[in-house]
Formats: sequence, structure tokens, C-alpha cells
Amino acid sequence: MTPVQRTVTKTLFALMMMVGFTIALVPLYDVFCNITGLNGKSASQPRAIVSGEVDESRYVTVQFITRTGSGLPWRLTAQDRQVRVHPGQAYEVRFAFVNHGKTASRGRAVPSVSPSEASLHLRKITCFCFQEQRLEAGERLELPLMFQLSRDLPENVHTVTLAYTLYPAAEEQLTSNVIALTQGGGA
Amino acid sequence: MAPKSPPKATLEHSQSASGSAAAHHVEEHHYRSGPLRWLLTTNHKEIGSLYLIFSLSMFMIGGAMALIIRLELFQPGLQMVQPEFFNQMTTMHGLIMVFGAVMPGFVGLANWMIPLQVGAPDMALPRLNNFSFWLLPIAFTLLLSTLLMPGGGPNFGWTFYAPLSTTYAPPSTTFFIFALHMAGISSILGAINIIATILNLRAPGMRLMDMTLFVWTWLITAFLLIAVMPVLAGVITMMLLDINFGTSFFNAAGGGDPVLFQHLFWFFGHPEVYIMILPAFGIVSVIIPTFARKRLFGYASMVYATASIAILSFLVWAHHMFAVGLPLVAELFFMYTTMLIAVPTGVKVFNWITTLFRGEITFETPMLFALAFVVLFTIGGFSGLMLAIAPADFQYHDTYFVVAHFHYVLVPGAVFSIMAAVYYWLPKWTGHYPDERLGRWHFWLSVIGVNLLFFPMHFAGLAGMPRRIPDYALQFADFNMASSIGGFLFGFSQLLFIWVIVKCVRGGVKAPASAWDGATDLEWTVPSPAPLHTFETPPDLRGFKFH
Ligand code: HEM
Ligand SMILES: [Cu+2]
Repeated sequence: MTPVQRTVTKTLFALMMMVGFTIALVPLYDVFCNITGLNGKSASQPRAIVSGEVDESRYVTVQFITRTGSGLPWRLTAQDRQVRVHPGQAYEVRFAFVNHGKTASRGRAVPSVSPSEASLHLRKITCFCFQEQRLEAGERLELPLMFQLSRDLPENVHTVTLAYTLYPAAEEQLTSNVIALTQGGGA
Repeated sequence: MAPKSPPKATLEHSQSASGSAAAHHVEEHHYRSGPLRWLLTTNHKEIGSLYLIFSLSMFMIGGAMALIIRLELFQPGLQMVQPEFFNQMTTMHGLIMVFGAVMPGFVGLANWMIPLQVGAPDMALPRLNNFSFWLLPIAFTLLLSTLLMPGGGPNFGWTFYAPLSTTYAPPSTTFFIFALHMAGISSILGAINIIATILNLRAPGMRLMDMTLFVWTWLITAFLLIAVMPVLAGVITMMLLDINFGTSFFNAAGGGDPVLFQHLFWFFGHPEVYIMILPAFGIVSVIIPTFARKRLFGYASMVYATASIAILSFLVWAHHMFAVGLPLVAELFFMYTTMLIAVPTGVKVFNWITTLFRGEITFETPMLFALAFVVLFTIGGFSGLMLAIAPADFQYHDTYFVVAHFHYVLVPGAVFSIMAAVYYWLPKWTGHYPDERLGRWHFWLSVIGVNLLFFPMHFAGLAGMPRRIPDYALQFADFNMASSIGGFLFGFSQLLFIWVIVKCVRGGVKAPASAWDGATDLEWTVPSPAPLHTFETPPDLRGFKFH
């Protein structure tokens, strides 16, 4: 190998390392965020209630924000906009989904917690956000969220905001459309 | 038929008969005339000229878009263009200036000057060089053609944040991604070529610490390109998958995270801004000593400062994201690392000023541009420091203050340095001096125009004017009118620049080999204009007085 070829080989190797690093960044980011809770995502699986003492000396305000992303004629409302809870206490809030559209559709509420440091301490025992919902035209559906703030919630957190954004469950829709189309065409 | 073989046997490292890659292509290459000659050329000087002409054309096209933006913003209210088209103009202006004008401009200078400054007969990989160049016109024709597609061209800002650039993007986005991929490949191949040339083709006797700062800064820039261009490619590939293949990298509905996009983009983006400024540092560091007739003060510290800026640039990306809701520790970390970058940058400014101290300074056009660079780039550095203060950035973020900041570092920064380089090396390229009187007119009109254009943006931004809007509240009217007038002054002054270049190519005062009184670097030892083939026998530089 000439010296130029050797340099080029080394440079290409560095380039490939960076390509690999870039690909690895996505899972690394997810792992990092799961451990630290930094992107405000809460767990997507139900967690068990931790029974034990409730910290009666402390109140934390939990606020609920709901909004609808584009393309879904739904409304999501929380029965209570905000509640005051003690760390350790399990609490249930009911949410109402309404489909204002003229057809049945599927949607999903995606949660986000802020401040992000609270996301690791927010335990959801049941949540509608663990699955997609399907609503007929005009249907109204009430679903519960049961949660608990763990007692080791950092002292400086006085308010936790839980935001739910409704998104259309796109892939389902797409495949069902495709199926409908092919069936229509075949018949 | 001009024989094109560099005498490989005498090259420092390539003793074998088949020689370096530089030597391979030449036997089959014949001298052509007409357009084919330019299409197939593997000569570093011709490819350098192609890059520079391409860069200048993109500068004019991107500039025309900027003037459309300034025309719309001349007065409050919507008068000239639709908001949708305005957004396409801001996006395309940014993309074209960054990837089409500034980066290829520096690569063109590298092609011309690096072999001349290290005593090499050509770039290490001449055919690859041809390919890297020709990717660019294709990429940018494709990018520009998106403006004519249904739904229009990219309209999401040059930073193309997802999901604006995925879920809500026009259908042409796939072409935008493809164009950017090609431009990225071109940059990577160019960088590989530059690294191989600098590391392997230096003339005997030239050690790394003997190289000019232009060569040094380009070496470091090339490594930055190798490191971050794959990240850009990765990010746009993920966009492509999100748009066309139903993945959800950046789509919250499917479990993705839009903030991930910003992390990835700025992990590329911040080193990218240094890719656009390090070669400028190099240019200014060769021009100032020439016209101050002194050695560059603190050569070694310049090299180390450049290297530390490059390393630090990987640790500051989230200063573009102070407002996304980072945890406190991250805000602090990125705030301090960002401020740390100001230290090596300060070392550089100090060295330039100290070089001037007690120099026998003359103010030819290249020197005027280089001096304006030092002053005005520093203003941009200061506004950068203000933006680096995380709590203050909550207010400044996404206002015209940011626009003022990056235009100060990029226009009287990077662009002025390219102009300085063109005036400085035109005698070597054409054999004639550029018209000094016209050059001065160009300089003064540009300096006045650029400051009138960008300085008021600081005030508009501090007063709260958001960026990327086609209309604005009445209290910003005066600032915007001043900016627009400055914009037109600056824009039309560039016609003078073209005139100077054309005039210089056609004729003018003949330049000797060493065209500038204080010039000492190796390129000034070859005749002006530099013949198509130089250093075919590598010069023996043992005993050469470097910088
Ligand atoms: C002392 C050096 C510098 C510091 C401390 C600095 C700091 C910053 C900060 C904090 C921002 C983000 C502002 C915001 O979005 O709220 C920013 C934006 C920017 N800077 Fe710098 N900067 C420096 C030098 C440079 C240089 C040398 C360049 C390019 C040659 C540059 C180009 C940019 C660009 C293009 C943006 C805006 C990107 C966008 O949002 O479109 N900066 N800078
Ligand atoms: Cu930055």
C-alpha cells in the first residue's frame, strides 16, 4: 500500500466509525432517557402500586394538559384539571375521549411529564395511554388514569405537569384503508 | 498534448514506480479543449476554479433570495410575496449559502492553494476530486428544482427541525434529502482528498509545524467533516424513513422524540459552523503577516487553538437547545463549555492584533478584508457569548438577535475571508493584480452595507422580533428598513466583485511570482499565473525559511 492509500484507508475507517456511532446514537439516546427520564417520557407499561406510608406532610400539585395533534377529530378532557396529592398516595383521575368525526377512527394519547426529573417518580398503575383507542363516530368514552408519585420525588418539585397529546394511530388506519381498497377493488 | 505525469519517483513518499494515486490517472488523460475539458479535468487548479465559480454562482443565487426576503421585510405588512413562499426563501437562502457558497468556496481555495503551499504536484486523488466537484452542481440543481415542484420547496428553515420537516413537510422533501446527501458525500470525499494530500504529499523538508495556517486549519476542518458529515447523513436518512417508510424516529405519535432530532442535528450543526470558520482563520492568518511584513505572532498557539476549538466544538451542541427544556445540569454544562470556546478564539484574535503591532502595514484590498474580518468577526463572537448565557438565551432564542449573531460570524466572517483570499491569490491565479481602485470600492461598500444590514438586527432581536416571519409589529419598522437598505447596498456591491474578477482574468497590471511585498509562503515561488503543472519535481525545502 502506498502512503496515500494507507491514509485513505484510515480515514475511511474513521468515517465508518462515525457512521456506526450515528446509528448507535438513537438507541443510546433512548437508553439514556429511560435511565434519567430526561425527555419527560413516562413508562409505557403499568407499574404495581407500592404500598407503604403516604407522606402526609407534603402536597404536590399534579396538572393535566390535554391537546389534540393534527388530523384527528377527537377531544380529550380531564375530569379534574389539577389535583393535589401526597407522595405515596394512589389517585385516580378520569379522562373523557369524544370522537367528533363522522367516521370511526383510532387514536392514541402520548404522555409527557415535566419537569423531566419527575418522570421517573410518576408511577402509572393504569393508564389509557398504554393502548390505542378506537371510537365510533360521535362516541364518548371515559377511561381512568391511576397514578402514584413515589415518595422519593425530589424535594424541589412542587408541581408535576402531565401532558397528553392525541395522535391518530396512523399505521392501523393506513393498513385498514389498504385492505378496504383492495377488497373494494376485488369485489 | 501536455504531458501530465508528476515525477513520482522523486516524491517524498511514493518511491514505487506505480507511485501515489496522484500519479495513476495521468497517462490516460489527454489535453482536451472545450467543455469536455472542464467536465473531465483532474487538475487541482482547474477543479479549484470550478469550485470557486460554483461557489460564486451560488452566492449570487442565495443572495437574490436574501434580497427577496429583505424586500418583503422592508415595511411591515405583507406586500411582495406569500408567507409560504417567504418560508421557502429563508430556507433555501440558508441551505444554499451554507452548503453551496461557503463550504464549496473554501474547498475551491483548498484545491488551488494546498498543493501549492505544501509543494505537491496535485491533490492526492485527482479523479475523486473531479467527482466530488461534479456532485455539487447536480445536488444544487436538484435542490433548486424543488421550488418548482407541487407544494413548493423546503420551507422548514435551514435547520429542518422534525416533525416540521417530516410530518408537516411538502412532498418535495425527499428531493431535498437526496440533494443534501449528495452535497454531504461531496464534502466527505473532498475532506479525504485534502487529508491525504496534506499528510502524504508534502515536499521533502516540510514538517507539519512548517505548514501555513491555511493548510493547518484545513487539515483540522477536514477531520471535522469526516466526523460530522455522517451524522448529518444519518439524520436525513432517518427523516427519509419517517416520511416514506413509516418509522417514528422523530414522531411522538409512534413513540419517537422530536428532541432527538435537535440533538442529532446540532451534534452535526455546531461543528459545521466551525467547518465554515476554521479555514477563514487560516486565510486571515496568512494575509495579515504578509501585509504587516512580520511573522505571524504565536504560530504554535494558533495551531493548538484551532485544534482545541475543533475538539470543544463537539461538546457545545445543546447551546442551540437551551429553550427545549434541558435539565439544569445540562444547561450549565453547555453554557460553560460554550464560553470555554471563547478562550482559544480569543487567543487567535490576540495573535492577529499582536502580529499587526509595530508592523509595516499597507492596506491593499486583501488586507482590508482581512482586517474587517478581525473586527467584525469579533463582534459576532461577542454576541455569541451573550447567547451562550443560558438564562439570557431564553429571551434571545429565535429572535433576530440570533440572526444578527450568525450573520456577523458568517458574512463579514467567513464570506469576507473568502473575498480576502480571492483578492490575495488572484495575482497567482491570473497573473494580474485585481484592480485596486475597484477593489477598494467593493470593500468599502460591502463593509458599510454589511453593518447597516446586520447591526440593527441586534436591536430588533433584543426588542423581541422573532426570526423567520414575513411580517412584524410596527415598532420594528425602522430597524427593518435600515436592514433592507443595507441589504441592497451589500447585495449590489457584489456585482463589483464579479466585475473585478472578470477584469482581472482578462488583463491588468502584470504580477511577478512574488506578488505581494511581504509574502513568504511557498506558492509565491512559482510563476504568476501559476502554470497548469507546478512542483512536478518536489522542491527541496530543507533550509527553506517557513513563516
Ligand atoms: C465565541 C464563539 C461563539 C459562541 C459563544 C456562539 C454561541 C452561539 C449560541 C449560544 C447560539 C444559539 C442561539 C440560539 O439559537 O438561541 C448560536 C447560534 C448560531 N451560531 Fe454561534 N457562537 C459562536 C461562534 C459562531 C461561529 C464562528 C459561527 C459560524 C461561522 C456561528 C454560527 C452560528 C449559527 C449559524 C447559529 C444559528 C443557527 C440557527 O439557529 O439557525 N457561531 N451561537
Ligand atoms: Cu453552536
